[in-house]
Amino acid sequence: MLKKPNAVIEVDGDSLELYQKFNSKKTGLIIILCMLLLIVSILAMNSGAMELDPTDIIKTLMSIGSEISSVVVWRIRLPRILAAVIAGAGLAVAGCVMQNNLRNPLASPSTLGISSAAAFGANIAIIVLGAGTVQSSAVQPIIVNNPYLVTIFAFVFSMGATMVILMLARMRNFSPEAIILAGVALSSLFGAGTTLIQYFAESVQIAAAVFWTFGDLGRAAWTEVSIMAIVVGLSMIYFMMKRWDYNALDNGPDAAKSLGVNVERTRFFGLLVSSMITAVTVSFLGVIGFVGLVAPQMVRRLIGGDHRFLIPISALMGSLLLLVSDTFARTIISPIVLPVGAVTSFLGAPLFLYLLIKGGKRS
Amino acid sequence: MNLQVDGLSFNYPCHEVLKGISFSMKRGECLAILGTNGAGKSTLLKCINKILRPQGGSVLIEQENIKDFRQVELAKKVAYVSQSNHSTATTVFDSILIGRKPYIKWDVSKNDLNIVNETIKMLSLEKFVLKNVDELSGGEYQKVLIGRALAQETDVLMLDEPTSSLDLKNQLEVLQLIKEIASLKNITAVVTIHDLNLALRFADKYILLKNGVIHAAGGKEVITETNIKQVYGVDVTVEQVNDRSVVVPV
Repeated sequence: MLKKPNAVIEVDGDSLELYQKFNSKKTGLIIILCMLLLIVSILAMNSGAMELDPTDIIKTLMSIGSEISSVVVWRIRLPRILAAVIAGAGLAVAGCVMQNNLRNPLASPSTLGISSAAAFGANIAIIVLGAGTVQSSAVQPIIVNNPYLVTIFAFVFSMGATMVILMLARMRNFSPEAIILAGVALSSLFGAGTTLIQYFAESVQIAAAVFWTFGDLGRAAWTEVSIMAIVVGLSMIYFMMKRWDYNALDNGPDAAKSLGVNVERTRFFGLLVSSMITAVTVSFLGVIGFVGLVAPQMVRRLIGGDHRFLIPISALMGSLLLLVSDTFARTIISPIVLPVGAVTSFLGAPLFLYLLIKGGKRS
Repeated sequence: MNLQVDGLSFNYPCHEVLKGISFSMKRGECLAILGTNGAGKSTLLKCINKILRPQGGSVLIEQENIKDFRQVELAKKVAYVSQSNHSTATTVFDSILIGRKPYIKWDVSKNDLNIVNETIKMLSLEKFVLKNVDELSGGEYQKVLIGRALAQETDVLMLDEPTSSLDLKNQLEVLQLIKEIASLKNITAVVTIHDLNLALRFADKYILLKNGVIHAAGGKEVITETNIKQVYGVDVTVEQVNDRSVVVPV
């Protein structure tokens, strides 16, 4: 029954060649998605209240365009597009790692209650500390007049929630069940806190707070884009370094330990880094749901669970999903900009359902 | 001795599971750990593999105490196939390739790929290479898990109830495979198992665990009516059929 192995190990064509061809298809998918992202980015730069043709855009990018096109491209559209690409990638890889670390396909960047904590922090800044007000413009009637205060509060509360959950989880040896339940409890606690704050607030303050939670990529200027790029970039490098650990963890914690993985440490840092991405993104842009849940699930169904490919392809899928949604959100009934989180769900849900019905590789 | 366990003890906060377990194994031998549910069989395997940290005693592999090993170093010495396995959306090749995890630095080497390729050939899994493991039958999946353990290239191979969800044909095949691997690769195989007759067919040594202590240990001679009655609380007769010992419940 057992075939004796060759005395000298030689590369045998069949299985290995098949496997290498199989993997080269996944590499091909990365290249295709990169090209698609570039094309969608150019189209997104072209779309908006002021129409710019590709020649104008290229000239502007080479600093030889008109002053007005320079303002539109460099100050408005490029930061917004980059914010979509970076935030989409960040939320998708955060979701991908959380789904692996928590061994739960429903895990997403908001599972640990980070978004609720950020929303609570933002509500305190806007309502209690008066960072929100109302502007009498028909196009965008509500603004947050002190966005930095709101961002800082959202970030502090979201990181605080992360620390509390990780501390609680440490007491229970980082069991996924304990972490998820702690996240649900904390999310509920912050939700209740937000409700109470809003209950005693004036309607204009509530409007500003609700507006903040919608999520808006237009809030990102170059500073925000740069910070997000650093955080997401470093996180991606860390996740890619740990890709074999995540593959081992997919086989269960005991199997992962027997393969030499420090399961508790891998989970701790995986969740910490994922939470950091979520905290930075939500603090700068508001709550953007769905991308972190659906992008990695879509990719898992397309290419399987190998994190060598799952992490980069999820990032690209997240970027594409958020960029297409944002472009759609700001052009469909221009000049009114729809909440990007809602549009992401509108566009992503049917695609995800299609993949579910079609089958594909199960998670 | 390839594997030497001395006075191993383990307890959960309110429950003592293993008390002073000692035994030793040579290379090429196959050990069956027998006992009722909750006797401590799985816990013993997890302690040998440092998945659980024993409170007392020692485990030596080739005279080296595993206490001094980092988990990744131990993974090059002991391979473990757990009872509760999680089939994922990965291919058979990838599932065996993850057995090379303790050796992978940044990415897989050509040697890693060749070892996986050889393992696939050895286990006759060529036709499933790109099939997802969650689409395999129980027997095929168990072979993949054994393949993963083989790819780890260890001195000790431990399997926790590898036949529990298999039909008779696959039970015989899988245990035959483990025995052949132990002999061909000259490694120690440790298997926990419930079926006494299957154990009698394949193992060289036996440990009968009762309430966390070794009730009896040795060769086929320990599988007696008295020992089985004392460990399992069941009356049996041990008969000879075609020169094989067979346990028949009365």
